[in-house]
Amino acid sequence: MILKNFQAHGPSPAQADRRALRQLPSASTSYQTTTQLHHRIYSLVHPIYTHQTAEVLLGITGKDFTIIAASKAAMRGATILKATDDKTRELNQHNLMAFSGEAGDTSISQNTSKPTSASTQCATRPPSPAAVSSFVRSELSRALRSRRPYTVNLLLGGYDTITDTPALYWIDYLAALAKVPYAAHGYAQYYCLSILDKHHHPDIGFERGMELLRMCTDELKRRLPVDFKGVTVKVVTKEGIREVEYVDDKPVKSA
Amino acid sequence: MSRRYDSRTTIFSPEGRLYQVEYALEAISHAGTALGILAQDGIVLAAERKVTSKLLEQDTSAEKLYILNDNMICAVAGMTADANILINYARQAAQRYLITYNEDIPCEQLVRRLCDLKQGYTQHGGLRPFGVSFIYAGYDPQRQFQLYQSNPSGNYGGWKATSVGANNASAQSLLKQDYKEECDLKEACGLAVKVLSKTMDSTKLSSEKIEFATVGRTETGKVYHHLWGADEIDALLREHGLAKAQDAEETTESAMGNAGYAENRTET
Repeated sequence: MILKNFQAHGPSPAQADRRALRQLPSASTSYQTTTQLHHRIYSLVHPIYTHQTAEVLLGITGKDFTIIAASKAAMRGATILKATDDKTRELNQHNLMAFSGEAGDTSISQNTSKPTSASTQCATRPPSPAAVSSFVRSELSRALRSRRPYTVNLLLGGYDTITDTPALYWIDYLAALAKVPYAAHGYAQYYCLSILDKHHHPDIGFERGMELLRMCTDELKRRLPVDFKGVTVKVVTKEGIREVEYVDDKPVKSA
Repeated sequence: MSRRYDSRTTIFSPEGRLYQVEYALEAISHAGTALGILAQDGIVLAAERKVTSKLLEQDTSAEKLYILNDNMICAVAGMTADANILINYARQAAQRYLITYNEDIPCEQLVRRLCDLKQGYTQHGGLRPFGVSFIYAGYDPQRQFQLYQSNPSGNYGGWKATSVGANNASAQSLLKQDYKEECDLKEACGLAVKVLSKTMDSTKLSSEKIEFATVGRTETGKVYHHLWGADEIDALLREHGLAKAQDAEETTESAMGNAGYAENRTET
């Protein structure tokens, strides 16, 4: 299984993998067997090992909205440092970014919010969600090939006011970008994507969207071993970004 | 008197003028006319090409109309060499935008970038300003079709119909008279050749003397720009009765092309 996972990266490993490989001491000194070597490689390059966290990021689009939910717990290792953390940032009127990862690295939200805000592009409109996502991706990918890459995963929720459509982009720390109808980062993926896969439709209304979110957070509470201290929920619509009151303290019946 | 104030670009004269910038504008007013007309479904740019010598190789490439980006073209009046520098700069800026944002640069943003560069030369460096005015024609999803004009001072503005270069005052007043806000691209093309024929020295036009380009959208909504070929320009001139009298043998040739309207071309 381990071998398979490594080979899944194919004959030309991604940049990150190459970086990790460079960090390996030469095989002759430390690793007697290929299995040992593969174990080491696996531990360095496998995303689950490197950047799967219990921080929850969820995104759901519908007919005319994008919901973004992010867990309120600020964690370091197994310790919760704060229970009222806001992992989102408004980049401009119609673009909301949610981020999780290495504490200092989440400054990417600051580094990208300025160039994407209305003021710096005052000649014209603020950039569309598609433009913002490409910009963030290019920043991440540039950083990835530098000395000090960001190790953050992102969700970008937006509303394109020209085409009048909601948009959600999934971006990971390897600067992979995908436009998706719903998304999750971290361990939450394992519990939520199946639920969303079953219940999501592109033309759902806001009420139904919140119902789906409730199903997801309930499932997370039931099954995620870490208490993520509930979620902050924000919605991007034609009118802009607003926070939604999300009652999160009811106990959930265990399955 | 003015000697003391016009040798450097950066110094105001006592009357509050920047002579070098004004001289640059003067240089442009001797260049061939260029004009742009905004229509409902597109934009037309037309320019007068000054034929300096019969011996000069009349290459087919445009010398006054340039493509800046997938969504934008421009017409140049002034020093072509200066224009080349600016056009190169604009193309690079547009590509840089494309690579980071994965969409075409908004028209005004590109115009602004160029004008920021032009403005810089009126203020510092001790260099002369760029001796070119541009007319830009472009499309972006936010503001649809747009027509801009910029000059060496770094000023720019959006226009419905405008002209630069020699006789631009008379061209401008002709445009003002005949421009109709709800005209389509075909009518705009007609107006463009009409205005050019009146402002140019020679009464009869030919494809050797003018350049022509249009920006529009195909039926699928894709933005296209098209620099017209010689045969297309000649066809347009014939359509409006402005072509040079043809030799008898030439007119009998039925292999004369069509004007460069979108519907006459195969979509690429």
